[in-house]
Amino acid sequence: MLDTEIKITADVAAQHGLSAEEFARIRQILGRDPNLTELGLFSVMWSEHCSYKSSKIHLRRLPTRGPHVLQGPGENAGVVDIGDGLAAVFKIESHNHPSFVEPFQGAATGVGGILRDIFTMGARPIAVLDSLRFGPLRAVGGGRPSPASNPQRDTSPDELARNRHILEGVVSGIAFYGNCFGVPTVGGEVQFELCYSTNPLVNVLALGIARHDELFFARARGAGNPVIYVGAKTGRDGIHGASLLASAEFSEESQAKRPNVQVGDPFLEKLLLEACLEAMRTGAIVAIQDMGAAGLTCSTCEMASRGGAGIEIELARVPQREAGMTPYEIMLSESQERMLLVAEAGREQQVLDVFAKWGLDAVVIGRVTDDGLLRVLDRGRVVAEVPAKALAEQSPVYDRLRQPPPPRTDESLLTFSTDADTDPARWTEHFCRLLAAPAVASKRWIFEQYDYMVRTNTLVGPGAGDAAVVRIKGTARALALATDGNGRWCWLDPFVGAQHAVAEAARNVACTGARPIAATNCLNFGNPEKPEIMWQFARAVEGIAVACEALGVPITGGNVSFYNETLGRPIYPTPILGVLGLLENAAHALTSGFRQAGDLIVLLDGGSQPPLHTISTEALQREFSSSLYAKTLAGVIAGTPPPVDLAAEKRLIALLVALASEGLLHSAHDLSDGGLAVAVAESCCTCEPPLGAEIQLSGPRSLPLEFALFNERGARAVVSCAEGALARVLALARQYQVTAHELGRTGGPSFRVQWNGTTVLEAPVVSLHELWSTAFERALHTG
Amino acid sequence: MKFGVVVFPGSNCDHDTYHAIGEVLGQPVTWLWHASEDLQGVDAVILPGGFSYGDYLRTGAIARFSPVMRAVERFARGGGLVLGICNGFQILLEAGLLPGAMLRNAGLRFVCRPVYLRTETTHTPFTLAAQPGQVLRVPIAHSEGNYYCDPETLRILEREDRIVFRYATADGRVTPEANPNGSLANIAGICNEGRNVLGMMPHPERAVEPALGSSDGLVVFRSMVAALARAGIA
Repeated sequence: MLDTEIKITADVAAQHGLSAEEFARIRQILGRDPNLTELGLFSVMWSEHCSYKSSKIHLRRLPTRGPHVLQGPGENAGVVDIGDGLAAVFKIESHNHPSFVEPFQGAATGVGGILRDIFTMGARPIAVLDSLRFGPLRAVGGGRPSPASNPQRDTSPDELARNRHILEGVVSGIAFYGNCFGVPTVGGEVQFELCYSTNPLVNVLALGIARHDELFFARARGAGNPVIYVGAKTGRDGIHGASLLASAEFSEESQAKRPNVQVGDPFLEKLLLEACLEAMRTGAIVAIQDMGAAGLTCSTCEMASRGGAGIEIELARVPQREAGMTPYEIMLSESQERMLLVAEAGREQQVLDVFAKWGLDAVVIGRVTDDGLLRVLDRGRVVAEVPAKALAEQSPVYDRLRQPPPPRTDESLLTFSTDADTDPARWTEHFCRLLAAPAVASKRWIFEQYDYMVRTNTLVGPGAGDAAVVRIKGTARALALATDGNGRWCWLDPFVGAQHAVAEAARNVACTGARPIAATNCLNFGNPEKPEIMWQFARAVEGIAVACEALGVPITGGNVSFYNETLGRPIYPTPILGVLGLLENAAHALTSGFRQAGDLIVLLDGGSQPPLHTISTEALQREFSSSLYAKTLAGVIAGTPPPVDLAAEKRLIALLVALASEGLLHSAHDLSDGGLAVAVAESCCTCEPPLGAEIQLSGPRSLPLEFALFNERGARAVVSCAEGALARVLALARQYQVTAHELGRTGGPSFRVQWNGTTVLEAPVVSLHELWSTAFERALHTG
Repeated sequence: MKFGVVVFPGSNCDHDTYHAIGEVLGQPVTWLWHASEDLQGVDAVILPGGFSYGDYLRTGAIARFSPVMRAVERFARGGGLVLGICNGFQILLEAGLLPGAMLRNAGLRFVCRPVYLRTETTHTPFTLAAQPGQVLRVPIAHSEGNYYCDPETLRILEREDRIVFRYATADGRVTPEANPNGSLANIAGICNEGRNVLGMMPHPERAVEPALGSSDGLVVFRSMVAALARAGIA
């Protein structure tokens, strides 16, 4: 295929995913027709994935500044100050479509991509978290007909088998890459909804540490400076990964796109990490960027554009895996484990020597220029010449049509049981079904496949706390990280659901004792060309903005993933929030499991909402219909998410941080899926060996029991403390205007809950522990 | 007294091991680069965990041919202390410095979790500071840690008191349930005939500070220090 022979028309442009208007704009920028290679450059750089053309105007709404922020969105990752001259570098990114097409490699290269973003900035990766969404592992079996607007339905055995296959592939892909690379996978979360059956989500968050004065940026500077290519050879893999896989909906033919998925080599990436960090220490490197989506094209034009420079490269010098690759293929390849860097002229040998030491290909392939152009040569002949800024920054920006969906009038809400029904056997059975739900049950089967301890910094690992906590060696400090996002709630109300995502991630971080300081987000949505999807997106971004402002956690970076649809069925709008917290004294890090028998159990509630008995039953019913209880016990996904109270969240967070800093607590666990009863049971089950607990709840007799036990209102946490610490805990709670309810005590052989003096839940804690710790694997293997 | 931590391409527990020796134990420690045969006069060599050369072929299969391993083999034959942890153990098996081989874990998956080890012998330079039968809580993290050897070799290992650690329960019972990977006879670590080479799958360098959940792994390094001190090395 010789690019000079093809006449580039609007039809050819359309095959590259460029609209007629976009094609006209390209011709206007160039003042001529592009050739095929140039068209390829535009098609990837102006793809939704690389250009953010549909999301940009909304993302401007997000708060990005704060006292800790050193670098907001726009670089390879966000950077925040964490004291002692150190910076935390972190970002979350999606690899959804590749993980559906080829779960193992898709997830593996997702990990590889985000790790490169971190060490590109001079930071050594010290932790990874994964936020995963899959289709159900078990048939739902709610047993009631679903209205059309409610996507809940029974799942076929084939679909269940495929969901399990995808989950197993994704988990082993993450393990394969992270374990070999040597970064601990310390946390994350997993949720299951029908809408993810044909569009799983794999969002990976990576965190690195660097000294302020050792940070690197991707800004090409200094005409005449050499441009150096490092790492794997370029092959034909992954061509159009960004534009075809990530920027279009899926159809039944999507499996044919398997060749578009890249193949990962974590060993090579590990060498790249060590070599890059060592090369950076020579002082001879001016700029550096990894080659991820859109490969050589993206790294050259973005580095040039950010630095206000141009770059000229000679393709004949690019290390190639196979013969006969065209300029088009070389420029668009997404072969993994490659970096592009700019060195100081005259010092390139120093840089090349470091890479040679690590056995890596490193070749000077071009130079920085001052003409602002990306010029691509093939054996001396110019095959593409385009303003770098036009590719990297001048993509069209769309304010796409937004339209709220029609109101859901046909949905059936959950019906509450009668007041008189307090049969403990029945309630305990319901409770056990919640505890065994894959969303709640222990994820040990997953996280034990990850090396979560390598680098010996993990103070609170997966499953042990509400957030992961890693210490920073050489300081007294530690960092906490949590990811959260409730797609079901965002589908019911994207504005409220997105606020909950921010609040829950921040609350989880605070439960470990850390103060939330910054956030990153991964916005997973359907096709933005559909007005309802664009409405969901805008509302969710607005919700994130409002919550981040209220809680003082600016967004420092992230990723938008659109077109998460297969056969026209979109996923739930799923914004995933990653919140980073700073713990001044690592020794105060808190876990979520009870620590010892005889401790007091206290419910902290930041809420100042009207008393529950003043709320109409119908309103409670609407709220509760969005709960995990409604979904698990009745197959109902309806109503509205619980109201969000950001001021209450803020008070609770401040209190949790204060309590931890005085070392008053033995555990802290936030209330989320399954509400109070499940939270307390999880604290019983998370410690080794499991500890019993007995708690007394009281409330208005009119309040439905399931609501009292399992409602999912935010701004609440269950903590435990020694008897001697109680007075101080209560005093601090008053000071922070958080209500503290003494619920009961840890210990004993049973888990027992009383409601207004009557026992409503009771089971031996060892059997609850057995159920909770084995349910996930059982769901995975037997359905 | 000087420790050396070997760095193969793909080693990823090298920093952790270096930290345990240098920062936690406060002993002098240096890196040993895989491409060099110069052991820099160290008194003990540690082969750390990781994925040397990617381990795409067979764990440790390529690392054993690296220049540093020629020096390590000479060092070991001369009685020098060599500790192989996880991938280091796999390399020692490939190099023939220890008998047997590793199979994929019985569960066919990577397993990362704290396990309990029973100290089977204190007659080694790696366990002399431990109590006989002492139970240690130390993490494992591997997908090929299912130790295997032929029955004759197992008899020799048992007869010569060369099984150093076995997977056990928290109260020190060696049971099938306590075996995380299917290892023959619950074997977690063995030494050579000269008792100066130890290979173990669990990671003692991950259990050296209470903040990490256990400091039971320290006994291995403290034993090495004591053994070297006894040999008159200061």
